[in-house]
Amino acid sequence: MRLRIAALLALIMGALLLGGIASPAASTGTTAPSAAPQAAEEKITVQGRLINKSTSGQTNVAGATITVTDASGEETTTESDENGQYSVDVPYEQGDLTVELDESTLPEGVALREGARNPIKVKVESTLPVTITFVLGPGDRQVASALDQIPQNLYNGLYFGVILALGALGLSMIFGTTGLTNFAHGELVTFGAILTYTFNATFGLSIWIAALLAIAFSAAFGLVQDLFLWRPLRNRGTGLIAMMIVSIGLQFFLRNIFQFFTGGRTANYREYTTPPGITLGPVTYTVRDLVCLGVAIVLLLSVTLALSRTRIGRATRAIADNPSLAASTGINVNRVITIVWTVGTLLAGTCGVLLGFSQSVKFDLGAQILLVMFAAITVGGLGSIWGAIVGSLVVGMLIEMSTMVIPSELKIAAALFVLILILLVRPQGLFGRRERIG
Amino acid sequence: MTIIIDALRAAVSVEAAYFCLTAIGLNVQFGFAGLLNFGQAGFVAVGAYGFAVAVASFNLPFFVAILVGLTCTAILALFLGIPTLRLRADYLAIATIAAAEVIRLFFGASFKEYFNGRDGVTGFSDAFQGANPYSGEVLGFRPGDFWVMTIGWILVVLSSIFLWSLMRSPWGRVLKSIREDEEAVRSLGKNVYSYKMQALILGGMVGCLGGFILALGQNSVQPDNFSSDLTFIVYTMLILGGAARIFGPIFGAVVFWAFLSLISGILGRLTEGGDPVIPSWLMTDDQVGSVRFMIVGLALMLLMIFRPQGVFGDRKEIALDAR
Repeated sequence: MRLRIAALLALIMGALLLGGIASPAASTGTTAPSAAPQAAEEKITVQGRLINKSTSGQTNVAGATITVTDASGEETTTESDENGQYSVDVPYEQGDLTVELDESTLPEGVALREGARNPIKVKVESTLPVTITFVLGPGDRQVASALDQIPQNLYNGLYFGVILALGALGLSMIFGTTGLTNFAHGELVTFGAILTYTFNATFGLSIWIAALLAIAFSAAFGLVQDLFLWRPLRNRGTGLIAMMIVSIGLQFFLRNIFQFFTGGRTANYREYTTPPGITLGPVTYTVRDLVCLGVAIVLLLSVTLALSRTRIGRATRAIADNPSLAASTGINVNRVITIVWTVGTLLAGTCGVLLGFSQSVKFDLGAQILLVMFAAITVGGLGSIWGAIVGSLVVGMLIEMSTMVIPSELKIAAALFVLILILLVRPQGLFGRRERIG
Repeated sequence: MTIIIDALRAAVSVEAAYFCLTAIGLNVQFGFAGLLNFGQAGFVAVGAYGFAVAVASFNLPFFVAILVGLTCTAILALFLGIPTLRLRADYLAIATIAAAEVIRLFFGASFKEYFNGRDGVTGFSDAFQGANPYSGEVLGFRPGDFWVMTIGWILVVLSSIFLWSLMRSPWGRVLKSIREDEEAVRSLGKNVYSYKMQALILGGMVGCLGGFILALGQNSVQPDNFSSDLTFIVYTMLILGGAARIFGPIFGAVVFWAFLSLISGILGRLTEGGDPVIPSWLMTDDQVGSVRFMIVGLALMLLMIFRPQGVFGDRKEIALDAR
C-alpha cells in the first residue's frame, strides 16, 4: 500500500518535472523574434561538470576549455567555472553535435581517464539540454586484488555461516528426533523476518522489541504446528515420505501467504539498515554485525549446552537414537518432540530476524536458503548438533569464497555441488554416525 | 459461463500438455519404480535448452535438435543416477532437488553466449511452425498454439500407450516389485540398480518431451521456467490423479489446470471493478495469484494426509510407506 502511494507521488513529481523542463523550452520558442519566416532561432543548451575523481577524493576542475561544434560546423567555446560547471547555448540543429575538451587547458595533474572518450559525439533530436560528462582522473573505485578480498570474504562467510547455523540446527534437531526432512523450514525463517519487519516498520515498535516478539511468535508457531499437524500425523502412523510431501505442501502454502501479505516487494527494517563500516585491517565490519553475531552465538551455545547438560536435552538425544527404547524408559516422547519443534522454530525465527538485517526482507528470503541449510546439515552430518554448526560455517565460507573463482550468481550452486559430493563420498558428513543411507 | 469455458480451455492448453508429459515421466520414476526424484525440473530444463540451443545457436535441423535434447537428458539421467540411486528416499530427494537447482543456476549464469542468461533462448520454432497445417483460429486458440497443443496431446497419448504396454511386460513387473521390496528382487538375482537407472532415464526422456512442448509453446526457454516449483506442482498433479496408474497423470494435469483456472476466474470476478464482492482490504486482484497457489499447497497437504493414492490409485501400490 505504502509502495503504491510512493509510486504515485513519484509519477506526479516526474510529470511536474518534465512539464517544468518542457515549458522553458517552449517559452523560448515563442519569445523568439517572429520576423524570420522559418522557425524561430531555437537554442539548445550543452552543459556538464568537470570533476577529477581519484582515490583521495573529488575536486572540481575550473578553467578548462570546451568546444562545441554543431551539425553545420559552427564552433562555440566556453570555459568551466570554479565549480567545474560549464553551460553554453548553441543554435538548435538536427544532427550530430561534437563536444571536445581541450586537454592542454586542464590543470596540472588532471588528465582524462584511460580509454575515456574525447571528443564526444551526441545526436540532437529535441531541444532538451544535453549533458556531457568527461571522465577525469584515475577514479575513486577501490579495485581490490583477489588476495585482498580473501579476508573480507572469509569474514562474510563466517557471518553468514553463524546465522545459517541457527536455521540448520533447528532443521537438524527436527530431523534427528522425528526423522522428518522439513522442507518448510525456510518458511519458518521467513516468518521471523516478516514478523520483525511488521512490528518494526508497520507498527513502529523498536527493533529490539520487534525482534523479541517475532522470536516469541515463531516459537509459538512451532508449538502450534507440532500440536495440530505433526503430532496427529505421527499418531496416525503416516510414513516419513508422506510427511515430507506434506511439508512441501506446507512450504507452498506458507510462501504464498507471505506473498499475499507482502506482495513480492523487498523491504528493510526501520533501524540499523545501513550502519557505518569499521575497518580493522583488511576486513570491514559494523557494530550491528557484532551484535547479530553475539545474539546468534549466545543462542547456539545455550541450545547446545542444554542438549548436552539438561534432562530434556538427554531425553532429546535418547529419542533421536531410538524412540521406542526411550519411551520404554519413561520419557514422554510426544512432549519432548513438541519442545524440539518449539526450539527449532525459535532458532529458525531468530535466523530470519538476523538475516533481515543483511539481506532485505522478502517473501522468499527463507526459501532461497533452504537448500543451503540442507547442504550445511549434510556436510556436518544429519542429526548431529555440532555437525549442523560446523557444517553451516563450512558452507557459509565456501559460498563466499567461491565468488572469487565463479560468477556470484552461481555461489549457491557451489554449496549444492558440495552437498551432492558429500552424499556420494562421505554420506554421514563430518560428524554423523556411519549408518546406512542406502 | 466464460469462467467455465476458460477452465476447459486451460485444461487442454499447452501448459496442461507439457505438465502432463512431465507428470507421465515422473510417474515412471516415482509411481512405478518408487524413486523419489525431486529433480524432474532439471530433466525438462536440459531437454528444452538442448533443443533450443541446437536450433538457435547451431542451426541444426529440427529432428536433429530433438535428438540432441533427448540425448542430453539421457546423459543427465546417467550422471545423476550413477551416484544417487544408491541413496535412501529422503537423501535421494535432497540430492535430486539440489541437482535441479544447480542446473537451473548453471543455465542462468554460464555460457551466456549460448544460454543468454536470465533472458533465455528464443527464436527456434520457425521450422516447427512452418509445418503448421492450421491457418486460422481453431476453437478460439491461435493456430500456432493449437499446433503445439495437437502435437503435445498426441505425444501424451503415444507415451501413455507405450508405458501401459511396458508396465504390463516382465520389465514393468520387475520395476513394480522393486518399488515394493528391493531386497526381495535383489535376492532373486535381478540387477536392481540397472532397473532403477533405466526407469530414471525413461522417465527423464518423457519429461524431456515435456520440455520440447514447453519450449515450442512459449517460443522461449528461460531458467525461471524450471524452478523447483515446477517439480512440486507436477508431484501434486501426479498424486492427485493417482501415482502408478497410466491415466493418473493425465487426469491430474487436466483437472489441476482446470481447477487453477476456475479459481483464478472466480476470484478474479469477485475482486474486479470499483466495488468488488470481496472487499479490497481482504483481497485485491493482484493477490489472486498468491491465493491460487496457497490453495495448491493446501490441496497437496490434504491429499497426502487423507487420500495419498489420489483419484485412481490403489492404496497398496503407492511408494509412500517406505521407511
